[in-house]
Amino acid sequence: MARTSNPVKEPPAGMVEKRGRGLWFTHVLMILGVLVIFFPIWLAFVASTVPQAAITHPPMPLLPGDQFLTNYKRALFSGVNVPVATMLLNSLVMAMGIAVGKIAISILSAFAIVYFRFPGRNFFFWLIFITLMLPVEVRIVPTYQVIAGFGMLNSYSGLILPLIASATATFLFRQFFLTVPDELAEAARVDGARPMRFFVDILLPMSRTNIAALFVILFIYGWNQYLWPLLITTDPSMNTVVMGIKQMFPSGDDIADWPVIMATSILAMIPPVIVVISMQKLFIRGLVDSEK
Amino acid sequence: MEKRVTFKGWLLPLLLIAPQLVISGVFFFYPAGEAVWQSLFIPDPFGLSMQYVGLGNFEYLLSDPYYRASFLTTAVFSTLVTLVSMIPALFLAVLADRLVKGAGAYRTMLIWPYAVAPAVAGVLWLFMFNTRIGIVAWYLGLLGYDWNYVLNQNEAMGLVVVASSWGRISYNFLFYFAALQAVPKSVIEAAAIDGARFWRRFFTIVLPLLSPTTFFLLVVNIVYSFFETFGVIHTITGGGPQQATTILVYKVYADGFVGQDLGSSAAQSVILLLVVGLLTVLQFKFVEKRVHY
Repeated sequence: MARTSNPVKEPPAGMVEKRGRGLWFTHVLMILGVLVIFFPIWLAFVASTVPQAAITHPPMPLLPGDQFLTNYKRALFSGVNVPVATMLLNSLVMAMGIAVGKIAISILSAFAIVYFRFPGRNFFFWLIFITLMLPVEVRIVPTYQVIAGFGMLNSYSGLILPLIASATATFLFRQFFLTVPDELAEAARVDGARPMRFFVDILLPMSRTNIAALFVILFIYGWNQYLWPLLITTDPSMNTVVMGIKQMFPSGDDIADWPVIMATSILAMIPPVIVVISMQKLFIRGLVDSEK
Repeated sequence: MEKRVTFKGWLLPLLLIAPQLVISGVFFFYPAGEAVWQSLFIPDPFGLSMQYVGLGNFEYLLSDPYYRASFLTTAVFSTLVTLVSMIPALFLAVLADRLVKGAGAYRTMLIWPYAVAPAVAGVLWLFMFNTRIGIVAWYLGLLGYDWNYVLNQNEAMGLVVVASSWGRISYNFLFYFAALQAVPKSVIEAAAIDGARFWRRFFTIVLPLLSPTTFFLLVVNIVYSFFETFGVIHTITGGGPQQATTILVYKVYADGFVGQDLGSSAAQSVILLLVVGLLTVLQFKFVEKRVHY
């Protein structure tokens, strides 16, 4: 909008023209906001690069020290109860298992629900619908008993399976399939293509972006789980890194090994942060989609 | 909505849907049913047999001052988390929306905390506010304030609220930022021509237009504060001091796994189930409205 066409004597700065006096102030406020939000992460990073003594005699420094390699090596290869490398591997398996598992079972069931008419279809649909929002936190005791009954404590399947029982992904795929033009299925049917052919050759490639967006969200969801791994991994070598950090604190009055704990915190946040930052567009899309 | 064109056959679709049904059945419906069932019994002191008590567990719970206190704690906690995570997010989103250049860079920086697990966020905030070595606690001490969240209930609550809200600010920011970008510029310009200044435009035009996003975020953040904040509370306060930060989900865990009171824990699960059900209905009602936006 042109400034000259504005009949008001003093055009309000900012939003409309997106320039003017207010702008540098907006930048200043924004930078302050980012600094405040970022401070806890920065402090954790600093703590992971200094010797223990620098932390136990407060105030701790605000700039990184020279113990980066020592602390991270100590965390990764010896840790407190178990090497952090082991916990990272467990987290990776769990997060990948949840993301891949959930996508696989839900894309198949969405395909069945959208592209077939079969007895019980509506009933099954509602059955899945009910699981939509009930988090594992609510049914921990009985779910724990199921897992214990199957002998799945301290196992990857015990970590993964209960968390893939949710309908969000199914709904997403259902929504998407409903927008796929009918002509495609029609053509496939006329050509005598079997349903699975259609699914693999047409539907799956078309769903690529949705799958990727969902993957980002589910990976973070799986990686950041806390309560469930806390309950079912009593063996430290099966701990995931997010839940393992708390286990690194001494139970009594002893002083915690802060540099190693903070190095572990940084290591625990790197994979999800990389996923979010590098796939920002997909991530935002997945976020908006999965909450709809 | 239905597809006009479908494939024939019933065996294949049943096979396709089977994995999800089996997993939902074994790890969802069975445990949920079991929770309802267990909530009607109390185990004897040796755990050898179960005695049917009808709604006894519920009656006991609802008359239990600790459980009622936990309800109140949850209400206070989720209200605070929702406010503390939404207001700064809206403020930052409004700022970012004013900028043409650099908004993307700020957004990248602001997304970070979302990726940090609540439990890890708990450790980061614990580290800053630790009574012995925390840098913020130390500076508060310099100012003459004796910070001790281990003993002071309000300080404990404040700390878990801030630690829980921190990552959520990123989340809410993304939604508000996207919504602000969608506000029609013509409306804003018309108001500007009429001489409405920035904050007036914000409160009379922009904020009402954002209300669908705000309602949506309210529900989502309440759900978050109910369930996903377990990690924060477990790492920072462990529900203390004197149960001041024992929210409902934490109590299900504390009674079921630490206290081994299965009947009570199951009854609490059932009550939570109802709460979640209510929130889900709210969310869906709202989503339907959102379509018109």
